[in-house]
Amino acid sequence: MNHKAIRYILFKVITLEGILMILPAIVAVIYGETDSFSVFLGLILGCVVVGSLGSRKRPEKMVFYAKEGFVVTSLSWILLSVIGAFPFVLTGTIPNYVDALFETISGFTTTGASILTGVDGMEKSVQFWRTFSHWIGGMGVLVFMIAVVPMADGYSMHLMRAESPGPVVGKFVPKVKDTAKILYGIYFGFTLVEAILLMISGMNLYEALTLTFSTVGTGGFAITNAGIGGYKIASQVIIIIFMALCGVNFSVYYFLLTRRPKEAVRCDEMRWYFGVMLISASLIAINIYRAGITSTPFLAFHHALFTVSSIMTTTGFGTLDFNVWPEFSRTLLFILTLLGACAGSTGGGFKFSRILIVCRTVKNELSFVIHPKSVKRVYMDGHSVESTTVKSVFNYLGIYILIMLVSVLLISLDGFSFETNVTAVAATLNNVGPGLGMVGTTGNFSQFSAFSKIVMMFDMLAGRLELLPMLILLSVRTWKK
Amino acid sequence: MQIIIVGCGNVGQTLVEQLSEEGHNITVIEEQSSVLQTVVNNYDVMGIVGNGTSFQIMKDAGIESSNLMIAVTDSDEQNLLCCLIAKKAGGCHTIARVRNPIYKKEIEFIKDELGLSMIVNPEEAAALEMSRLLKFPSATKIESLARGRAELVRTTIDANSKLCDKTLKNLQAELKGKVLISIVSRDNGVFIPDGNFILRAKDEISIIGSSRNTVAFFKRLGIPTARVHSSVIVGGGETGYYLASQLISAGIAVKIFEKDRDRAKELTELLPEALVINADATDRDQLLEEGISEVESFVALTNIDEENIMLSLYVHNIAPKARLITKVHRVNYNEIIGAMDIGTVIYPKNITAERIVQYVRGMSNSLDSNIEALYRINGGKVEVLEFLVTANAPVINKPLKDLKLKKGILIACINHKGDIITPSGTSIISPGDTVIVVTTNTGFRDIKDILE
Repeated sequence: MNHKAIRYILFKVITLEGILMILPAIVAVIYGETDSFSVFLGLILGCVVVGSLGSRKRPEKMVFYAKEGFVVTSLSWILLSVIGAFPFVLTGTIPNYVDALFETISGFTTTGASILTGVDGMEKSVQFWRTFSHWIGGMGVLVFMIAVVPMADGYSMHLMRAESPGPVVGKFVPKVKDTAKILYGIYFGFTLVEAILLMISGMNLYEALTLTFSTVGTGGFAITNAGIGGYKIASQVIIIIFMALCGVNFSVYYFLLTRRPKEAVRCDEMRWYFGVMLISASLIAINIYRAGITSTPFLAFHHALFTVSSIMTTTGFGTLDFNVWPEFSRTLLFILTLLGACAGSTGGGFKFSRILIVCRTVKNELSFVIHPKSVKRVYMDGHSVESTTVKSVFNYLGIYILIMLVSVLLISLDGFSFETNVTAVAATLNNVGPGLGMVGTTGNFSQFSAFSKIVMMFDMLAGRLELLPMLILLSVRTWKK
Repeated sequence: MQIIIVGCGNVGQTLVEQLSEEGHNITVIEEQSSVLQTVVNNYDVMGIVGNGTSFQIMKDAGIESSNLMIAVTDSDEQNLLCCLIAKKAGGCHTIARVRNPIYKKEIEFIKDELGLSMIVNPEEAAALEMSRLLKFPSATKIESLARGRAELVRTTIDANSKLCDKTLKNLQAELKGKVLISIVSRDNGVFIPDGNFILRAKDEISIIGSSRNTVAFFKRLGIPTARVHSSVIVGGGETGYYLASQLISAGIAVKIFEKDRDRAKELTELLPEALVINADATDRDQLLEEGISEVESFVALTNIDEENIMLSLYVHNIAPKARLITKVHRVNYNEIIGAMDIGTVIYPKNITAERIVQYVRGMSNSLDSNIEALYRINGGKVEVLEFLVTANAPVINKPLKDLKLKKGILIACINHKGDIITPSGTSIISPGDTVIVVTTNTGFRDIKDILE
């Protein structure tokens, strides 16, 4: 293990977090929140001083491998959250540190699960930090660092691979740095366009910005108790579109930007993602319209599409409380919670590309029974998938189920209903946010014990970083010489 | 610069390493995904699994926006086809590795017809380097500079040399101001020496000067400069063939050991003047029978590194005065191998990669700088660069002592209208000259980079 390189990167992360806190500090100045301003100012100074002192000397050997990449990534995210929780505690918004940490991890991992019973009346700058954490976590803080900080060039791919979601993390262009810049460029583009559109639809700058952060990061923190239901239909439609767009593999946008529409359309994952989204929305729309939840078929489809897109992209916004919808809709939404968005997007979950690989492998296995000598490969986007990738997807599936079962068992100690426990774990591990029962759209996670909260914090981090980095961090062998 | 490299074998990987270090955007095309995976993990490059001769794969790799395509797969024909496709699809520069001697005579025709920018033949390049060394056996490396008018010659100082334990400024009698000791490498590093530098035994020094003056310098030191008269080559592969034919044309008697009977027959037909011995050279008795103890020079060229090293060690043992050259493929252990008594070690893939890197630097030169030639010495720690000086360069028409140079830079010679001048403080660089700069500050692209 290259401890020096790990330390160097971690101190850089601290510096970066200090710099990122400048934005909420500016918000505090604008809204005259002097207490929060001093909290943010103190944290900024602390982070920047500690961070730049710790990283003032670049280690001579920046050589590191996959193992270090995983360890750095998980440690960075933990560090980011540990520091990011202080504004909530110090401003008194969330006095309990474990609760504050839960809220912060939920923010950075773009989960959107909250322990707050209400968010109305929260200080504007703290609220801003809360949603901004979605934006930072959406594309990944290390990817951002790769784009702006000169790092271990040849090796930063290990960081990107550990942080970016999906079974295969590729590059658009030969250099990691340039790839990271392109990713953030597209991300900035979405942020800007959505914020402008939301302002046109009638929101003020503050609302537009905070909700945009929550949307493009596919996070799900709302800034009022009413959620998104309180805004105009036009705003809701804009949010639907941007949630859906940010759940698509960003390579599609790169192909479109470089005028290669054929390759963009070739993305199997995207086609299935949109297909499943539209079909589920239609089914739920029929289901809830028949149950008399909405007055018109149009509204039924609108709310169904909003909810489906919110759940599939693992955002977790709500316009209506789907907890009270008919059982079919609730079950379908729970299944969608498990599926997640596309690889290489800002969304979480199991990822469509993995599901496609699993389904196609199963299909091939069936054909082996019928034609034992047949030779088959798994295809994606018109290319055959490496057998090592297929293997890793099945490993991932195994670990995913295991973590889920163990987590459900652990939080069942609190004595809540089975529905609450299963959906709470599913909602955190897949970075969705709301579940069913007690943790539904109108509920929250505050009643869980501190132990359960810690279990779910682990789930959120494991889900965002795609399981392996967190497990490798905890594995004893990683730290043995 | 956007560069596509097809084929990730030995040379391919060395190229990836060196070119990505120089900051180029590199895409690698390779058929074996496991090989590609290691390269992509270790270097900041993009990898595409596939056959480089496929137009679609080339397009995926971005051939349309690339500046250069280098084909270094195992197959000559595939390399040529890659170049043809790349040329037609993207109009970029193309470099192919072509090693089969069959193409040797037609190489210029192929190059012109297919519009190739460069053809590299690792075996021939390695053979050329070896034959140069055998023609000048006191040197451990010879590079020609300034279009052959000047030379860089490396040699090792032995304990009873006139240079040993001397300060450089007291060496005027030997140097006569016509050659320059420009690089000294010792166990603990590489130096660009100044006047107060003291030379020690076992130092490896590089001398730069015009060819005539370097020979004269060696003569003054009493170091023999005559070529060897006979040579034993072990391994009759392609390198062996090229080397033997070059040596024969220089009038050096050649004896080749070749294990394979058919190949041995083939060699006798190709090289009637050489004595081909069909025997396994690792068999001691065979070597002794052929009089290895009196051999004047010995070149180990089998395909197995271990065998080459062992043979050279053995020959050094029984014939300590023999000039040894050992071919080694694996570069990873060069520190250990360098410390053994096996004469000059030749790494064929480094030679090839060096030629290509030289071309790439030269290409960036036509874009924004003016490097004429580049040599990397001591594993890339020192670079010898030849710059063409243009009329607006900031170094012209000023005595050298007035130029503020960066540290670790030596202006080794000035080629003024074909005259090789070893510069002093009062020398002046004029537009149109080429200047040879030795530096430990690698990565220069323009003559102005040498200034503070």
